[in-house]
Amino acid sequence: MDMLNIALPKGRLGEKVYSMFEKAGFECPSIKENNRKLIFENKELKLRYFWVKPSDVAIYVEHGAADIGVAGKDILLEYEPDVYELLDLKIGKCKMAVAGKKDFSYENQKTVKVATKFKNIAKKYYSGIGKDIDIIHLNGSIEIAPILGLSDVIVDIVETGTTLKENNLTVLEDIIPISARFIANKANFKFKGEQIEKIVNSLKEQVEAAND
Amino acid sequence: MDFLAKVLDKNERILYTLRKLYMDSGYKKYRMSKFEEYDLYVKNKDFLVSSNVITFNDIDGKLMALKPDVTLSIIKNTGDCIDGVQKLFYNENVYRASNETQSFKEIMQTGVECIGNIDNKCICENIILAAQSLNMIKDKFILDISHLGIIEKVTGLLNLSENGKKSILKAFGEKNTAYVDEILNFEGIDTKEGNALKTLIKTYGSFSEIISKLKIEAFSSLIEEEIELLEEIAVSLEKNGLSDKVRLDFSVINNMSYYNGIAFNGFISGIPEGVLSGGQYDKLMNKMGKKSRAIGFAVYLDVLDRM
Repeated sequence: MDMLNIALPKGRLGEKVYSMFEKAGFECPSIKENNRKLIFENKELKLRYFWVKPSDVAIYVEHGAADIGVAGKDILLEYEPDVYELLDLKIGKCKMAVAGKKDFSYENQKTVKVATKFKNIAKKYYSGIGKDIDIIHLNGSIEIAPILGLSDVIVDIVETGTTLKENNLTVLEDIIPISARFIANKANFKFKGEQIEKIVNSLKEQVEAAND
Repeated sequence: MDFLAKVLDKNERILYTLRKLYMDSGYKKYRMSKFEEYDLYVKNKDFLVSSNVITFNDIDGKLMALKPDVTLSIIKNTGDCIDGVQKLFYNENVYRASNETQSFKEIMQTGVECIGNIDNKCICENIILAAQSLNMIKDKFILDISHLGIIEKVTGLLNLSENGKKSILKAFGEKNTAYVDEILNFEGIDTKEGNALKTLIKTYGSFSEIISKLKIEAFSSLIEEEIELLEEIAVSLEKNGLSDKVRLDFSVINNMSYYNGIAFNGFISGIPEGVLSGGQYDKLMNKMGKKSRAIGFAVYLDVLDRM
């Protein structure tokens, strides 16, 4: 049997996901050692875990460097990687939304200026409701764009809404709910499908138990 | 032949081995020019892997293209063949834009096309030939087959909008059952009604196993004709000792506006993307004003560099 390569998102979500894998019997104790290593192996179980930037998980999986991984639905919607999406883990829940100043209205706005990290999601959403937009691509601190007049609205992930509130912004429209998804490389699934299905099935039990 | 083994590199060896396989199977070589009128690709833009095509003006001003695809030219240049079957193979360079580098690439492609009165026997033969092609590249391979007619009929049981239907196809391609629920919720349909679809999405495995599963599904009476074809394929796989390497998998969807019926994708252990793809494309024939039916596949030799 070949090694199964698993890409996990660095950070809180990744740790939560790893504990689900561990609970399912796919543990890799060295991962908990406090060091700067990024790759961890369990030779007995033929597992290799690695931490990557959350937005890169889908890239590792699509190109087959990882057989499976966990990525946010936001990233999957934005980059549309050609992968299997086998399970909604129902953690890391948040939503993609349009936010702006409280008094913003689309009336009198011919072209709406939208600041976002997620330009494809924004484009799709606005073409769906028939609005012309200009996209301003930002990499972070999107919230200040409407305050400084850089944009009319923003399209971004909203978790609790605290950051928005503290910057005097509000959610104007919900676009789509987001959660963490289990993804697999299509070609590698053909040859490691049995192993992957085992993990999916036991994660699925945990998801169902947690959401009952 | 001994000295050939020494002078040929890996890809050339594969190319010539495949050529021999196709010639031995009664396929005739199809040759074409590097150029084709651009018009052909404009009319069938969605059929192309990428809509970017290298164009230039011929001496007389006509807009030409460096061919991004061979199938369209074969259909255009081959007459209808109602009684018999024309069997052709090709080795041609095609020119496509790579999404990653945003630049054009020359890609060596080989493939076969059968045009004419395609019956079940012909479909079986084509599938076996695809499996044999993969086997010549590496014996650790998988050929996944799906039947688009089954997907279409089971999807048709639900009263979905055109957009909904498109999304369902995407869910099939991603083996994404959670997405089916999202789509049905959005369309205001009870998610329980999506159970047949979800079963089908999750379905993959050997022909014999999956056929017996399909037969006990509530929708089986709807797809009797399709099951009959799958059973014929199962028999010929068994006969050729390919039962454990050719599987049914409904995540193979290809482009449903051109393909119909059988569709397949081939994978080789160690290469993280498909190396072979094909299927029946009667719809494309029809769009191009031909009456005959057709089936074929292409092998992506450029991907084999990763082996």
